[in-house]
Amino acid sequence: MAAVTERSNFGKIAWPIVAWIVALIFFFPIFWLVFTSFKTDADAVKPEHLFRFTPTLENYTNMTQNYDYWRFAINSVITSTFATLFALFVGVPAAYAMAFNPSRHTKDILMWMLSTKMLPAAAVLYPMTFLTKNFLGIFDTHFLVIVVLCLINLPIVIWMLFTYFKEIPKEIIEAGKMDGVSTWGEIKDILIPLAWGGIASTALLTFIFCWNEAYWTVRLTTIDAATLSKLIEGNRAPEGLFFGRLSAVSTAAIAPIVILGWFCQKQLVQGLTFGAVK
Amino acid sequence: MAGLTLRDVKKRYGETQVMHGVDLDIEHGEFVVFVGPSGCGKSTLLRMIAGLEEISDGTVAIGDTVVNQVAASKRGVAMVFQTYALYPHMTVYKNMAFGLKQAKTDPAEIDKRVKAAAEILQLGDYLDRSPRNLSGGQRQRVAIGRAIVRDPEVFLFDEPLSNLDAALRVQTRLEIARLHERLGNTMIYVTHDQVEAMTLADKIVVLRDGRIEQVGSPIELYERPQNAFVAQFIGSPKMNFFGPDDLAANAAAVLGKELPASQQVGLRPEHMVISDAANGVVEGKMELVENLGEYAMVHMITDTGVEFIAKTEKPPAAKKGEVISFTIKPELAHYFDAETGLRS
Ligand SMILES: Nc1ncnc2c1ncn2[C@@H]1O[C@H](COP(=O)(O)OP(=O)(O)OP(=O)(O)O)[C@@H](O)[C@H]1O
Ligand SMILES: [Mg+2]
Repeated sequence: MAAVTERSNFGKIAWPIVAWIVALIFFFPIFWLVFTSFKTDADAVKPEHLFRFTPTLENYTNMTQNYDYWRFAINSVITSTFATLFALFVGVPAAYAMAFNPSRHTKDILMWMLSTKMLPAAAVLYPMTFLTKNFLGIFDTHFLVIVVLCLINLPIVIWMLFTYFKEIPKEIIEAGKMDGVSTWGEIKDILIPLAWGGIASTALLTFIFCWNEAYWTVRLTTIDAATLSKLIEGNRAPEGLFFGRLSAVSTAAIAPIVILGWFCQKQLVQGLTFGAVK
Repeated sequence: MAGLTLRDVKKRYGETQVMHGVDLDIEHGEFVVFVGPSGCGKSTLLRMIAGLEEISDGTVAIGDTVVNQVAASKRGVAMVFQTYALYPHMTVYKNMAFGLKQAKTDPAEIDKRVKAAAEILQLGDYLDRSPRNLSGGQRQRVAIGRAIVRDPEVFLFDEPLSNLDAALRVQTRLEIARLHERLGNTMIYVTHDQVEAMTLADKIVVLRDGRIEQVGSPIELYERPQNAFVAQFIGSPKMNFFGPDDLAANAAAVLGKELPASQQVGLRPEHMVISDAANGVVEGKMELVENLGEYAMVHMITDTGVEFIAKTEKPPAAKKGEVISFTIKPELAHYFDAETGLRS
């Protein structure tokens, strides 16, 4: 926007302050989490040690020794990566078909896909657990986690890709048809290079959603396929006595995704605005 | 050698029918222009020939082959889009080479053809540029180059000049005419610009509401329009229409023709000449004169309230509101049935 708006001096000072306060409120829990992770479990619950304490790395060293942080981390990487890849593998052709060969029902299909997100997850918890455990025997496998993560994110993936693909002029695809590319060629040689930014944003966002998913990963795994969400859950002792340890585990669980997000800020912002702003 | 034959071609989008049975023969090497008002189906017809749109009914044949079920790329046609539709992520060279690469053409041959096309279109210096960094005219030439390298039997253009500014449009129009002369291919060209249609076409096809109104050479359409619609569509400013009652008292005598009430008379503005009242075919009050230097447009209104325009070499001496009579050579008047609009 190039519009010139006059701002009062008050506004010039007040708005940044408001913005900072809001940002700090949002950031505070994270700060507190990291802060607490350097306290011993004993210090963590004592008010007198709120700010005066001896920092320690004990929680972190214990973590890798006692509960094998790396195994959970690797599971998170594997499941999130494959779920994202499969979601794109299905989502790109689906969104392509709907964007460039729409039928009368395309809008309905899109709405229907979105409506699947409206079902409360808790409603299918029992059948999902029962069937995967006793019937299919895939409970606590990477396969199950990948399929579930892929499916719950697929509607969003298709919607995002669809909005990006819609912005590509139809004539370019038609020019490709005149030039004799196959359907697969259209996707590979024209669509993907043109929508690369959008696809990358979608992939990144999906990966983050998969990484952060807790409801299903906690309930459909025990050990073998357990992700970092499960690790955090596992350290949430009922007595609430291990805050230092819990904080360290949580910090270590969110660190990779925060760092990834930091490096890909630009893509993410583009992704979150759904290509509306260019 | 490939002409085109369209037989009873229809197009439906769901319930709505937009082409109502088009029959058309195009000879090999002809330059055919589709004209018509917006929404009449020019693009739709072109896209059906291209293979980008299903043919709901009837047949399209290129040469002797019915191509209804043939893929766009296998029809031997190439299309230049109004928006150019270049591949933005490829260089000019790759844009032109892409189609040949899809056809698994030998790389040496691809290089030869792309270079040759670039030569014709003066794109030699731009081959490594991305389309982003080209002017509108250059992009247009790349789009044409992409069509040329495929050496098609038939070129299809959908309003290729409408995104260019006036000067460039004239220049590119000439280039397309030269290209047609040089390559000798069949070309089908959609436009709603009269000048493009009149100057480029061997044959003009006038469409309205999904039907062909008339097919003929530019001169035929201008001199012998088959109906009132074509008469008004071809020519600028458009032909004036009068009922017998709107004409001057001596009109029938001057034109040498009975003028029954069921007939309309069409007079082209450029054929009307200022005259004395005795020889006048039509007279009216002068409303406005637009003096363009090389000619003047005289806006008139008859007693009966019909507005008309005369195109004269010099602005008339008369003042606003004064009555002027115009005459015309009898053979230049057109007569149409008032009911059906057909030439009579
Ligand atoms: N996908 C579609 N679904 C329904 N109707 C369509 C579709 N595409 C075109 N039409 C209709 O078909 C008719 C012909 O459209 P077409 O684009 O061929 O017109 P045109 O002569 O090229 O017009 P213009 O000069 O504006 O480009 C129009 O009435 C249009 O509304
Ligand atoms: Mg059109």
